[in-house]
Amino acid sequence: MSDLTRRTAAELADALAAGETTSVELTQAHLDRIAAVDGDVHAFLHIDGEGALAQAAAADARRVDGKPASSLDGVPIAVKDVLATKGLPTTVGSKILEGWVPPYDATVVTRLREAGLPILGKTNMDEFAMGSSTEHSAYGPTHNPWDLSRIPGGSGGGSAAAVAAYEAPLAIGTDTGGSIRQPGAVTGTVGVKPTYGGVSRYGLVALANSLDQAGPVTRTVLDAALLHEIIGGHDPLDSTSADQPLPALVDAAREGASGDLTGVRIGVVKELGGEGYQPGVLARFQDTVDLMVGAGAEVVEVSCPTFVHALATYYLILPAEASSNLAKFDAMRYGLRVLPENIDSPSAEDVMRATRDAGFGDEVKRRIILGTYALSSGYYDAYYGQAQKVRTLVTRDFEAAFTQADVLISPTAPTTAFKLGEKLDDPLAMYLNDLATIPANLSGVPGISVPNGLADEDGLPSGIQILAPALADDRVYRVGAAVEALHVKAWGGPLLAQAPTLEGGAR
Amino acid sequence: MTDTLVSFDDVLAAYDPALGLEVHVELNTASKMFCGCATEFGADPNTQVCPTCLGLPGAMPVVNGKAVESAIRIGLALNCEIAEWCRFARKNYFYPDMPKNFQTSQYDEPICFDGYMDVDVDGETFRVEIERAHMEEDTGKSLHVGGATGRIHGADYSLVDYNRAGIPLIEIVTRPILGAGEKAPAIAKAYVAQLRDLIVALGVSDARMDQGSIRADVNLSLAPKGSDKLGTRTETKNVNSLRSVERAVRYEMQRHAAILDGGGSMLQETRHWHEDTGITTSGREKSDADDYRYFPEPDLVPVAPSREWVEELRGTLPENPTQKRARLQVAWGFSDLELRDTVGAGALGLVEETIAAGAAPQAARKWWLGELARRAKEADVELVEYGVTPAQVAAVQALVDAGKLNDKLARQVFDGLVAGEGTPEEIVAARGLAIVSDDGALSAAVDNAIAANADVADKIRDGKVAAAGALIGAVMKEMRGQADAGRVRELILEKLGQA
Repeated sequence: MSDLTRRTAAELADALAAGETTSVELTQAHLDRIAAVDGDVHAFLHIDGEGALAQAAAADARRVDGKPASSLDGVPIAVKDVLATKGLPTTVGSKILEGWVPPYDATVVTRLREAGLPILGKTNMDEFAMGSSTEHSAYGPTHNPWDLSRIPGGSGGGSAAAVAAYEAPLAIGTDTGGSIRQPGAVTGTVGVKPTYGGVSRYGLVALANSLDQAGPVTRTVLDAALLHEIIGGHDPLDSTSADQPLPALVDAAREGASGDLTGVRIGVVKELGGEGYQPGVLARFQDTVDLMVGAGAEVVEVSCPTFVHALATYYLILPAEASSNLAKFDAMRYGLRVLPENIDSPSAEDVMRATRDAGFGDEVKRRIILGTYALSSGYYDAYYGQAQKVRTLVTRDFEAAFTQADVLISPTAPTTAFKLGEKLDDPLAMYLNDLATIPANLSGVPGISVPNGLADEDGLPSGIQILAPALADDRVYRVGAAVEALHVKAWGGPLLAQAPTLEGGAR
Repeated sequence: MTDTLVSFDDVLAAYDPALGLEVHVELNTASKMFCGCATEFGADPNTQVCPTCLGLPGAMPVVNGKAVESAIRIGLALNCEIAEWCRFARKNYFYPDMPKNFQTSQYDEPICFDGYMDVDVDGETFRVEIERAHMEEDTGKSLHVGGATGRIHGADYSLVDYNRAGIPLIEIVTRPILGAGEKAPAIAKAYVAQLRDLIVALGVSDARMDQGSIRADVNLSLAPKGSDKLGTRTETKNVNSLRSVERAVRYEMQRHAAILDGGGSMLQETRHWHEDTGITTSGREKSDADDYRYFPEPDLVPVAPSREWVEELRGTLPENPTQKRARLQVAWGFSDLELRDTVGAGALGLVEETIAAGAAPQAARKWWLGELARRAKEADVELVEYGVTPAQVAAVQALVDAGKLNDKLARQVFDGLVAGEGTPEEIVAARGLAIVSDDGALSAAVDNAIAANADVADKIRDGKVAAAGALIGAVMKEMRGQADAGRVRELILEKLGQA
């Protein structure tokens, strides 16, 4: 194949191992692709061509020595701008961190570097990961490669669009309420939210600490598993990281690729479907359920009654934690500093106020206010305390459901990609995008979104979400890879092959 | 601005004080509470910092196990219950020297709770109940440059040193101390002093009040005598010497009473303590409704010390202070009064260490409660902070015991020690303080004294031996004090036929 950018990460790794290409060559190919299409897509906030090529050259040198650092040594990657990268700007999509260059690497980034993956750059996101469309980025929205007038999902729209537009074979996303999975669904790519604690959060600029989780953004399930095994596992710098080995994820993905689901019990979550879901999304979901039954799966309907409260619960816990996390952005030590007008000798407090006013966008301010309110004395029990109780109930619903099924499935997002600007003035409509993905974050269970065909009414991608019990991430890979294989067989190729060619593209 | 004060007796005639003490103890762990940074005191500003203690975006805390161990040992020594499961919480407020704009502390789940300490005041025991002892991190330190007061108001600019940010603290909070009456100031001081001794014995902190490794906040309120309701309290922050604890309580009692007598009402506020003038000034208003929006720290897992570990730590506790005193009194042969005075002067530990370094008990007591106590009082510092160590005192006493120094010369050695002139031996040599035991030199001086004081000499020859003192004084003067007075006396009596 002439165009290196269209190959999967696993294929690129094989080509590198076989000496058919070099990391410098394929890194350059992706940088060229970025130069050609990112003006339209705007997946990247920062591109580090020089650094990526230097890392590629080092990877090539290791190959020559016969000492590759990992299975993906030399395969380039894009990193969501929420992860601290030493020497590379990290803005978290916010003006308040414009120009900040971290003096340290997030653990995920350290592991990528140690594994030899050249970092192409940092991808766009909703400011502080607050949003489902990437429109809340302070640096302008990312465009969906399927239709540039539409949103790529969010908050990790940049990572999903970069992978969908063949600007990177792999990317890192973070998922607090669906920010990996929902962009995956609306861009026709794969996204995995690992078990909470499965991937270190050290260096991940926290949105909501008890919900955040970094994970792979890729075009295939196998690629996600390969990447997950590199970034996952215990980290002593993150007290909440699980102190146990990861399950064999790549093996699970390879096993699932046979497409056989004999004996696998699949639970369709009654509460995650129906009203509020686009008919085309539901139709494709039913198609896949039928394919799974055909592949030997035992499909049952399960009920998780508390999931209907998940969204409300989420919008108390998230803003509460975020309001406290975002207090550190005060102009004292790093990032933006704005001196207030009309004050001769401003106090530290005046500078904090002016900086936070100028540096935070409206959605961020909205959630700081919500969270501050929810934690206030006299309201804590009614809001934050109550939300934590519901969270426990959501976990119990999951536990009960997982006695009936090995994995649970639902549409990943209720709709396909909407038009840029369409929901910008309606926060509640925007929040509904994460209806199906939020329960997994509240409970900490792992989930994957796999491309699930195009909705009839708009011809845009939809996704299927597969959830497994905590620490059983291998199940989402096993079943995800099977669904992917069944689809490729049914469609004659991956969904992304049906995406329109981008203007600047060399496809 | 001068506060009106009521005499202490008048305060007591009309009011009952309620006292509360919050003591922050900086632990002496090698690394900080939530990161691996060093904790050394006095390092160059912002050299002991990392992403975590600077609050950089993305950085996360990890609990220092050694700090948890110290917290549990402090709790056990204070007769506290140790939580089987507890969490850290975020205390949210904005301040430039607080890197994250929240302090990682503990809120409704402290690691230690429901304890007490028996405090000795003038031979009586007073039980101070401990509500809680919890773990938290220290803030950075602001330096306000320009302006007259060193406070933020009027400063040209401020500098922040984050070396202290994240140093582990244990905050020990008493329940309201009621019924102390006139003894309130003394109880406050004795509590902090005994707590400090305990911390020293546990070895969990440098326990230097002058360096801020122990900081006391004094809460005080007055209620009309016989009232069963507590009055409005003030919280005097960072009272950094034992003497100041006593003075601050006394001052606030007198200030409160003046306001209440005048028909005024107390403002619930923090107060700044001024060591130099001995007064407090208004800090910031502090209402019970101050809203720190506490919630459990989501970046940390709960702390759940096993009962086995707690019992293991209980086995490492130093001797109970009351039992220890009884044991030492017998071992040293001190009278009740001598022991009480020693404790009251804050010298128990000093005397103990001096004896351990080789001095006789009475000699150790004499130096610390006499000469050194007087000097510390003159210098307006605590005895322990005066600048002479127990080992030095023992070395001085050893020189006295060897006949190389007398008490008067020893005082000059202490001058040298405070001035940092070296060891006692070095100071004796450098200052030429050694006693002259050469009988030739002494004999000549005695002859001179007899010749110059013929009338006194005659009296002695006539048997009035008591008159020898005048001649001894003359000899000592000639020898500039560097003579053994006993030997001088012997020589005088010998020469005048009275030996």
